[in-house]
Amino acid sequence: MSSDMIAPGADDDTTRAGTTTLSHGMTAAGAAAKASVAGVAAVPGVSKPDPILTVDHVIRRFGGMTAVDVGHLEVQRGIITALIGPNGAGKTTFFNLITGFDKPSSAPRLIGGPKAGEAAKSTFNGRDVGNTGATKVAKMGMVRTFQLTKALSKLTVIENMRLGAKDQPGENLFVSVLKPLWVKRELEITAKAEELLARFKLLDKKDDMAGSLSGGQKKLLEMARALMSDPVMIMLDEPMAGVNPALTQSLLGHIQSLRDEGMTVLFVEHDMNMVRHISDWVVVMAEGKVVAEGPASTVMNDPAVIDAYLGAHHNTDLGDDSLLTDEVAEELAAEVQNEALTEGETKA
Amino acid sequence: MDQLLQTLNAILNSAISPQTAALAIAAIGLNIHFGYTGLLNLGQAGFMLIGAYGFAISIIGGLPIILAIIIALVAALIFALILGIPTLKLRGDYLAIVTLSAAEIVRMIGRSSILTDITGGSNGLTGNQYRSPFTSLSFFGDGHITVGPWSYDATGSNGWWFIATAWFVVGVLCLFVWAIMRSPWGRVLRGIREDEDAVRSLGKNVYSYKMQALILGGVIGAVAGIVYILPASLQADSMGRSMTYFIFTALLLGGAATVFGPVLGAIVFFAIRLFVQGIAGQFIPSSIMNGQQTEQFAWIIIGITLMLVVIFRPQGILGNKKELSFDVK
Amino acid sequence: MIMLVMVAIVTMVTLGSSSARADTTPGPVGTAATTCASDATTGCLQGTIKLPNGDPAVGIKLEIKGGDLDTTIATGDDGKWSQAITVAGPYTITVDTSSIPDGAVLDSATKNPATVTGALNKNVGYVFKVVGGTTAADGTTTQTPGTDTGTGITFDRFLQQFASGIRLGLLLALAAVGLSLIFGTTGLSNFAHGEQVTLGGLLAYLFANVLGLNLILAAVISVVICAATGYFQDALIWKPLRRRGLGTTQLMIVTIGLSIALQYSYQYFLGASTVRIDRANPVTVDLGPITLSAQSLISMGIAVIVIALVGWVLVKTRVGRATRAVSDNPALAAASGIDVDRIIRLVWTSATALAGLSGVLLGLVLNGVNWQTGLQLLLLMFAAITLGGLGTAFGALAGAMIIGLVVELTNLVLPGDFKYATALLILILVLLVRPQGIFGRRERIG
Ligand SMILES: Nc1ncnc2c1ncn2[C@@H]1O[C@H](COP(=O)(O)OP(=O)(O)OP(=O)(O)O)[C@@H](O)[C@H]1O
Ligand SMILES: [Mg+2]
Repeated sequence: MSSDMIAPGADDDTTRAGTTTLSHGMTAAGAAAKASVAGVAAVPGVSKPDPILTVDHVIRRFGGMTAVDVGHLEVQRGIITALIGPNGAGKTTFFNLITGFDKPSSAPRLIGGPKAGEAAKSTFNGRDVGNTGATKVAKMGMVRTFQLTKALSKLTVIENMRLGAKDQPGENLFVSVLKPLWVKRELEITAKAEELLARFKLLDKKDDMAGSLSGGQKKLLEMARALMSDPVMIMLDEPMAGVNPALTQSLLGHIQSLRDEGMTVLFVEHDMNMVRHISDWVVVMAEGKVVAEGPASTVMNDPAVIDAYLGAHHNTDLGDDSLLTDEVAEELAAEVQNEALTEGETKA
Repeated sequence: MDQLLQTLNAILNSAISPQTAALAIAAIGLNIHFGYTGLLNLGQAGFMLIGAYGFAISIIGGLPIILAIIIALVAALIFALILGIPTLKLRGDYLAIVTLSAAEIVRMIGRSSILTDITGGSNGLTGNQYRSPFTSLSFFGDGHITVGPWSYDATGSNGWWFIATAWFVVGVLCLFVWAIMRSPWGRVLRGIREDEDAVRSLGKNVYSYKMQALILGGVIGAVAGIVYILPASLQADSMGRSMTYFIFTALLLGGAATVFGPVLGAIVFFAIRLFVQGIAGQFIPSSIMNGQQTEQFAWIIIGITLMLVVIFRPQGILGNKKELSFDVK
Repeated sequence: MIMLVMVAIVTMVTLGSSSARADTTPGPVGTAATTCASDATTGCLQGTIKLPNGDPAVGIKLEIKGGDLDTTIATGDDGKWSQAITVAGPYTITVDTSSIPDGAVLDSATKNPATVTGALNKNVGYVFKVVGGTTAADGTTTQTPGTDTGTGITFDRFLQQFASGIRLGLLLALAAVGLSLIFGTTGLSNFAHGEQVTLGGLLAYLFANVLGLNLILAAVISVVICAATGYFQDALIWKPLRRRGLGTTQLMIVTIGLSIALQYSYQYFLGASTVRIDRANPVTVDLGPITLSAQSLISMGIAVIVIALVGWVLVKTRVGRATRAVSDNPALAAASGIDVDRIIRLVWTSATALAGLSGVLLGLVLNGVNWQTGLQLLLLMFAAITLGGLGTAFGALAGAMIIGLVVELTNLVLPGDFKYATALLILILVLLVRPQGIFGRRERIG
């Protein structure tokens, strides 16, 4: 097992795995995934043996504030990578930038852009996606979900699912007029959608309006919808926020099986237990920068990470469940609040 | 009583008149924009005007009717492209302002004295300048036909030939809208109406779909323009901003995002107008409300109806509140 | 909701029933002999036709049809024409264009035939505008471009149009600032804002011309009434609708309905003709090559002062800062203790007051108001606030000045028909290049 190579938290990891409610689900493929990044040093911006996504010099400023400033980052193919970091670290913004929903401030421009070699650059699956719109990126196989769910509320659940599918000829205006031309594919899509819905425990809701689902159900629907297109890489922004633990567990199993089938997964998550139990690699962002990366156990003992999360005076392993008591949470919240306030004042 | 009968008669006549059909067609086009895709096109009258000019000027220029229709539709297509390219990537309000402005520009250019030779300036073009190729297509003969309460010439302007073709077009378009909106293509449009970003994240080219919808609805608007001027004359000012507002009123009355809503809405729209006018004309002495005032009063009622419909029954007569085309909490 | 419409209608009833005199003749009133005097059983259709150089156009033939009339009359030595009528209702007046002297044609913006609504005990005017131009053998006319102020682009003409542009820009800004504030605080694109401008002008006509009040007093009363309509509009329509949770698109369509209802209410009570606020002859002032009426200058002065005042309030006062906070982020503003509803009420009240003032001044400057004065302005207002960008009152001001100048300077090179068209075209072009208009929320800064 790869985690053996990393000295401290490794034992912890294996022991806790047995006691936690989350299944570790370590299959052969899973082991292979971990192994693929086994020899990689745990330093920010390190290069990986087989990166599917590479980004360079991605900077995004909002007014005077720099939300994202990532010098170099690679995401290894075929593994589950977690992106963690405190609130406001820039994770969602980073997602927006690589999926084409937003443009880096450092994007190359015809006139007055950044210096050559310092312009933002990103490649996905060997192709340049630096200047590619969201639609194209998704078509290339990098599909994302949103932190604030975007269920299409006035469409039914099953229609939402069908919309996620690709290669439906009926989505062409001229073909759409004649039902026989697209009905066969529609049946295939529907069968697949129902299978996924069953997996996500939404099958009996299939004819309901998506708007009538609960918050957690909408998250599930969005994830299932993203899977309809068989993506090469799926990017999930806090997929399990608001999903009940029992279902979380089965979905984590599902995510792992997706990985085992060769899909690359990048997800943002605040639940450290989940992060440590399913991710093969963890990237930590704070204040827009990648401050650490490595296997979960290494990263969570990294002083830089603990700093980022808890402030300099704390000195604990982040994976420690005892941390997640209400008290600590409140303390953290208060701290974040204070920081935001002082920041606001200095700017105003 | 006589007056009441007269009003009823007027309503019956307007219910099947080509003008009503034209409003219905324009509303069908707008329904593709606003009802299904959520595009706020406030320039539907501009599309009508483009279609009307394209058709009439081509015919006057001596082109065959088929070519004239094609030119009208292509003109609307180009107009849609011009409007869509700068705005469809921006927030919806921009489209509203740009379409509204562009429709006004078309109208102002159309009525401008510089183009009097071509467009007839503010006086416009009279129907007999462009109508005859269409009239000569009629196979209805020359007689007078009475069907139920309706009695018209077979072929003369405002006769059965005009009525039948206009409503035939309405029927075909309804069928067409029904077919495309139940299809995966229609599903993408409805998805865009709900949340473009979500649809984009699923790999659909939202910009292209919005453009297709804008073009399709606009071209249908041009058809409406042709149907509108065939039995009448072409005057730029008759297809101004008010016309767009009336189309909106008709669409919302009938029910946006429904197949028959626009048609029903157009009929009801004229019926309300004539009803109010008739009732006011009969029961309110002319010392208080003269002939012209009853007409204006009817329009006031139309404005208020639009407000009330949007507030209290935004799904219109036929719509389903759950599938409303705009956000209502 | 219906209440507001009722309020509007009631206001208009008062307005309509007391409109005893609707003189629209641009020429001097009372100096020329009128051959028609209106009383309980007769009404008058009348007007004055002038040649492009300002001289009266003599002997122009007009055919008047309608009621029990079908007659042809001609203008007298003073360029005036009038016709007594005994039946109220629509009349069609057709100018015999062959009777217009060579070198002049009917302005293309003037309707011919024109339809006017005659009424008993009332003088109804209609202006046929004659401009320089030529008539070809087949009867088609070519209008000499920009004949209003001479031909060709001279520097003097440029200055004149520039001054007119500043004037239009300032008056536009008055109205647009309110529209922008309403949009900023409530997200609503108010399509009935143009009617608020019209209302100001019509009320001033009612008080100054019909009731004969002192002009300044009339203007003040009009603005106060306009402010009240804003206050009650928000209280009776917009606030309840916000409570109901109507989306902005839905609300926007409601304003379209309101706009239709108000436009036709104006026509209902006042007809479609143009009415003058001030019956006196405009006094002109020459400033070097620029000629402006005294009323224009005073109006511009008032506009500058009021705009400066609005700017000062927005920047320097608590209320102003609160307003900007609400524009920025209503939820946050509410959380930080600002009474958002109160601010919005205030915005509605002042926006309609400003629009009303703009209407009064426009009516004075343009020598008349009609039911669509504001309607025509609405698009320019939207263009201004979209151009100005940022959704701030200051963006609206800048945008309005640009639009005002563009509209008036267009007259230098293109005929009058195109002046609005160019403004709108510029708007579209700007959107292509720099799409951060008012409707796009600006980036959060700091
Ligand atoms: N459109 C925007 N305009 C201005 N500032 C923005 C915008 N979007 C994000 N930001 C700022 O950028 C920073 C990073 O935001 P982001 O949403 O990426 O954080 P995050 O890491 O996803 O946080 P969380 O864990 O809470 O989801 C925040 O400070 C946020 O205020
Ligand atoms: Mg986030």
